[in-house]
Amino acid sequence: MGRFHRHEDGTEHTHTDHEHPHDGGDHSGYATGPERIAVLERIFDENDRQAARNRQRLDAAHVVAINLMSSPGAGKTAILERTFARLDAGRIGVIEGDIETSIDADRLAAAGARVSLLNTANGFGGECHLDAPMVANALDRLDLDGLDMVFVENVGNLVCPAEFDVGAHHSAMVASVTEGEEKPLKYPVMFRASEVVLVNKVDLLPYLDFDLALFERNLAQVNPAATVIRLSARTGEGLDAWLDWIRSRITVTSELNTRSTFA
Amino acid sequence: MHELSLCMRISGIVDRAAEGRPVAVVHLQVGQLRQVVPETLRSCWRLVAEGTPLAGSVLDVESVPVAATCRDCGHVTTIEQALILVCAGCDGTALDITTGEELLLTALDLAEV
Repeated sequence: MGRFHRHEDGTEHTHTDHEHPHDGGDHSGYATGPERIAVLERIFDENDRQAARNRQRLDAAHVVAINLMSSPGAGKTAILERTFARLDAGRIGVIEGDIETSIDADRLAAAGARVSLLNTANGFGGECHLDAPMVANALDRLDLDGLDMVFVENVGNLVCPAEFDVGAHHSAMVASVTEGEEKPLKYPVMFRASEVVLVNKVDLLPYLDFDLALFERNLAQVNPAATVIRLSARTGEGLDAWLDWIRSRITVTSELNTRSTFA
Repeated sequence: MHELSLCMRISGIVDRAAEGRPVAVVHLQVGQLRQVVPETLRSCWRLVAEGTPLAGSVLDVESVPVAATCRDCGHVTTIEQALILVCAGCDGTALDITTGEELLLTALDLAEV
């Protein structure tokens, strides 16, 4: 099987998978190519194996995990504060991913949740996302037997978190109306990875030019199956629909005995 | 944006597969849906490889276009711009993405000693 391709320096050639097993530097004047080793390994294999182990661990403790993603400032923490005020917060764990500071973790602990903070600049090289090994580390610091749910509040970033399976059962994202209608088209990977899109800050719509119908059309083009919930963490509008969605996921997940949303 | 952490994962796979032999080229297939910038990936690779036995090796990044197959008519549509999933054959919207999500380390070329 040859593969013809062009390199940046303009040279072109065909690779073959033919290998030359040779044992020294003497090629008797033959111009042999370099030895090639076929590998064919997914770069995320190790992460995905750890993600599967995280899910097994959550399943064993009958805990449902939701990975919550968004750009910075979309309102993940505010929505979780509102959510915890309406649920039994003491039975909810939060894995809080932030590059620096415990500001959000402190807010959610004050709301009654059990918080495990991951500062990604603290030993993880300032990562722009959470990955499965980091979440495994955070799970170690939660008493899963005392919990029904875990929210993974990912690092605020519309790109990278969507690439990494952290071992949650479900993925949700927040998109706020101050961010622009075109975001689903510009950042399709996160919008495609999310089962539910929370359209936050709808209380601001009277003051903005944001075209909600256009946003939802754009979203439908990249992820027609997404559930859309319009809400305002500030006024509490739409919160009931979000709580209903959470409750339905808990039921569905236990019935199906959990499946990865990344599968 | 996560190219550096990808390179750290790639170096782990290369170390295992090369079994101590010197590596010249690491061949990757990266789907165009993977939000990876090839030039950034190559720069990050230089950083990760520096001071290790992989110093001087390079990444060969083969970019894989996004293609989706229509569930209704079977037509394969290549998607080049925004990820708008509409079948070019029948205008259907039930499409399965078949290529463009790859993130594979396919092969290594060993350095000639």
